[in-house]
Amino acid sequence: MNLLSIVLLPFLGALLPSFAVRRGRAVAAWTAAIITTSALLFALQPLIAVFCGRTTEVNRSWLPQAGLDFALRMDGLAALFVLLILGIGLLVILYAHYYLSEEDSVGRFYGILLLFMGSMLGVVLSDNLLQLLVFWELTSLSSFLLIGFRHQSAEARRGAVMALVVTGAGGLALLAGFLLLGYLAGTYRISVLLHAGDLVRAHPFYTPTLLLILLGAFTKSAQFPFHFWLPRAMAAPTPVSAYLHSATMVKAGIFLLARLFPVLAGTDLWFFTVGGTGLVTLVFGAYTALFMHDLKGLLAYSTISHLGLIVLLFGIDTPLAAVAGVFHIINHATFKASLFMAAGIIEHETGTRDMRLINGLWQYLPHTATLAMVAAAAMAGVPLLNGFLSKEMFFAETLHLAARGSLRGLLPVAATLAGIFAVAYSSRFIHDVFFNGEPRRLPKFPPHEAPRFMRLPVVILVGQCLLVGIFPTFTVAPILALAAGDMLNEPLPDYSLAIWHGFNTPLAMSLVALIGGILLYSQRQWLFALHQRVLPHFDAHLLFRNGMTLVTETALAFTMRLANGSLQRGTALLLLVAMVAVMLPFLVGDASLTGSLPLTPVDGLTLLGAVVMMAAALITVQWQRQRFSALIALSVVGLMVALTFVRFSAPDLALTQLAVEVVTILLLLLALFFLPQQGLVESSLLRRGRDLLLALGVGSCTGLLTWGLLTRPYETIAKYYLDNSVSKGGGANVVNVILVDFRGFDTLGEITVLAIAAVGIFVLLDTLCLDAGKAQEGQRPWAAERHPLILSQISRLLLPLALMVSVHLFLRGHHAPGGGFIAGLVTAVALILQYMASGIAWTRRQWRLRYHEVIAWGVLIATATGVGSWLFGRPFLTSAFGHFDLPLVGELELASVLLFDLGVYLAVVGVVMLILATLGNLSQRCAETRESV
Amino acid sequence: MELLASLTVAVLVTCGVYLALRARTFPVAVGLALLSYAVNLFLFFTGRLASGVPPLAGRTAVAADPLPQALVLTAIVIGFGMTAFVVILALRARGELGNDHVDGRGGKP
Repeated sequence: MNLLSIVLLPFLGALLPSFAVRRGRAVAAWTAAIITTSALLFALQPLIAVFCGRTTEVNRSWLPQAGLDFALRMDGLAALFVLLILGIGLLVILYAHYYLSEEDSVGRFYGILLLFMGSMLGVVLSDNLLQLLVFWELTSLSSFLLIGFRHQSAEARRGAVMALVVTGAGGLALLAGFLLLGYLAGTYRISVLLHAGDLVRAHPFYTPTLLLILLGAFTKSAQFPFHFWLPRAMAAPTPVSAYLHSATMVKAGIFLLARLFPVLAGTDLWFFTVGGTGLVTLVFGAYTALFMHDLKGLLAYSTISHLGLIVLLFGIDTPLAAVAGVFHIINHATFKASLFMAAGIIEHETGTRDMRLINGLWQYLPHTATLAMVAAAAMAGVPLLNGFLSKEMFFAETLHLAARGSLRGLLPVAATLAGIFAVAYSSRFIHDVFFNGEPRRLPKFPPHEAPRFMRLPVVILVGQCLLVGIFPTFTVAPILALAAGDMLNEPLPDYSLAIWHGFNTPLAMSLVALIGGILLYSQRQWLFALHQRVLPHFDAHLLFRNGMTLVTETALAFTMRLANGSLQRGTALLLLVAMVAVMLPFLVGDASLTGSLPLTPVDGLTLLGAVVMMAAALITVQWQRQRFSALIALSVVGLMVALTFVRFSAPDLALTQLAVEVVTILLLLLALFFLPQQGLVESSLLRRGRDLLLALGVGSCTGLLTWGLLTRPYETIAKYYLDNSVSKGGGANVVNVILVDFRGFDTLGEITVLAIAAVGIFVLLDTLCLDAGKAQEGQRPWAAERHPLILSQISRLLLPLALMVSVHLFLRGHHAPGGGFIAGLVTAVALILQYMASGIAWTRRQWRLRYHEVIAWGVLIATATGVGSWLFGRPFLTSAFGHFDLPLVGELELASVLLFDLGVYLAVVGVVMLILATLGNLSQRCAETRESV
Repeated sequence: MELLASLTVAVLVTCGVYLALRARTFPVAVGLALLSYAVNLFLFFTGRLASGVPPLAGRTAVAADPLPQALVLTAIVIGFGMTAFVVILALRARGELGNDHVDGRGGKP
């Protein structure tokens, strides 16, 4: 339970700072600090348990089928990281309160910071590989937001995107690696996995698994050649750099290596890839750091180098090297976080990070200078500081390895070289910034000492550097032993954390590095010149940018080829692909087209109907440029479709089709009023030939499919509906019972879609003004006589009759052909007839219906009927029905579905009327608007 | 009968597709209407061809499959909604762009 709270608390609390900030910036900082402290308090009990030698576990079933459980576990290694994340997190929150300026949105900053903290805690506490990956990606996302926090700056945005692309790509590789690993070991549970090392290493898939996982870890921990995102991420506010880019996020990859060490390490492949990458990163990072003029750039490359050192130690693959690696994780986190904070103070006070401008700050910032100098000395590996101890262990390990002969003999040399560079860039950090004459052209002058509480986090961290460096056994030894022991998953070898081991080779290497480094720095003038002119520049960032451009441009070219903005071309391609996809099984496979059902005989009348329908369709195409005539041919097709429904036992469909046909043709007629009534021959003969071929192809495909379908026997669930329609739905018209009862939820969705379409149409037409109605040249003129007398008189007589028919259709719909859809359409047709016969103005005077409201009521009534069944403790849309005796009328069946059908009816009436009346009113309304203007 | 039904669907689809590939909005709308007839018929035919047995419970021993019918009934109404939307979109495009080309370019308004 406690573990769960540690992870969830920062996530739940992430919203709070945004609210708290309304009461002041300090309140937001306090909120974030309180949330972090609470997480720390929750962590206390499992931490104590770890120190007593017990691990705490939580396991909740989540998606057991996919091997995904929500499992958390705190052992020594996780405990160390939890302490780092929460401890340094707390210091960063305090520091950021002073660092962030008035313009920065403090609430957002703390919110994202907490989000990141929760994700990072999730990574280190996860006991399930897949769950770990989810948190891993969350750290990538939240770090993207943090790096791009000052999103006004293009540099910050670019840096954020680059970090996201690199770590995100690594995350994908990691996902593949985890899936493979889970497959090899048969489990995603990390605590089980740790005992399956032999099984995994012996498997033929071991190599791809390891490489994929390493890809994920190396991108996250900025290992060569994926290191380039880290210096760019320095565009982040400095508290973010201190937190993410020294202590936590970049250590996630290292953590993963440590976590999976018992499973994956112990092979030559591990030694050469991990060790090799670490070595190259170590030397390259240290070398490049020396030439950075940007304060944070120097620290970034130094971080890369130190991460490489830890990776190299893990790659050396001995228990002692692993202990040294874990030790260096702790030490690097403390001195690098404090250095970043000091750099932030300097930038805050001087307005720049360029070491060529910042000089001689000792006299202005004596406190900060002292602190930064101690931390930088720790970074260089000066005795009595924590960095010295772990570096000493590192040198000793390289010597052990060198004793094994061959090329490994060069390792101590490379390590010493990296040590020399480390001392050199540390000296540069101290000398260039705090001494070396007077400051030059500072944007802010003179610099002032930072507030005491802004320095406090630095004091605490630097104090740790000293304490650990002088009294290692009393401070860091217990947690180090626990973490390293749980990382190795076996008893620890003997080692001593003492400062003094006597005069031995590692000490000599340290001395060489110290003296060599200082000498190198003193000769920096010609070294810088050499670097500028002669030495090759390896710019991975350029590679990345060119790669990104290439990918984007290729994708763009490909898209433009497929969809160049022409609808005709897009449609043609779509149809072509669909045609090929449909026909492929018949062409390649051995699927036969004709099924086994016996054919039914053709009768003369049906044949005639079909011929008329086909002829009408062809005429529609033939007359497409005489648009009015084409519409008439189209309506013939629609009528024949309705007759087809009658012929093949579907009376409901026939009624619906008939009514919709009327409405559709009316709609198209109205639209034609605003569009050219005659088309031109525009497409070339070739184009028309191509379209014809495509149309014939798609047509024959559909025809063949229909043939294949009709000649095959099939299994239907119709029997259930036919048998239960009366007993369960209370109606004999099975189609209607399906619509309003069995599948009522679908119908509710459908009328909602209709309502949305109608509202969309209304919005499209609302602001539209079209010039039309005036006959264009060579066009049939519209009739001058507006409202023929006979039509208007007869239609007024017809209206009550038509409405009565629709009521009849509605009421009987449950038992005989009819129902809400059909009745609604009939009502709509009757109303539209009034518009046509008597004009809009007259009709509007007769009834003032707002069709939006009709639609809304329809959908509401239908929904309310569904919700109503909840009141009786039944699922949504359960129907009820009963028979009632009414005087005069006789027995009447009332069913709750009748109410539902009423909703359908209203919605359909509203939709049809809203569309047609708005369209019909278009010219009139425009005229009115014009007059009023 | 099966052959006739298939042929009808084929002809309707051919005409619909050909019109849908035209460059002006009105024939495209008409083509879509033709296509929706064809699709409705196709869906209806998935219940196979049954004569004189409407799906009314208790009337006949065998009855036509009600399920495709229910499906097609809503499809017809939704089809109207879709056609209406396309037509209105065409009007709006003409209002905004001054012509009735599907890509909104070229030709006389």
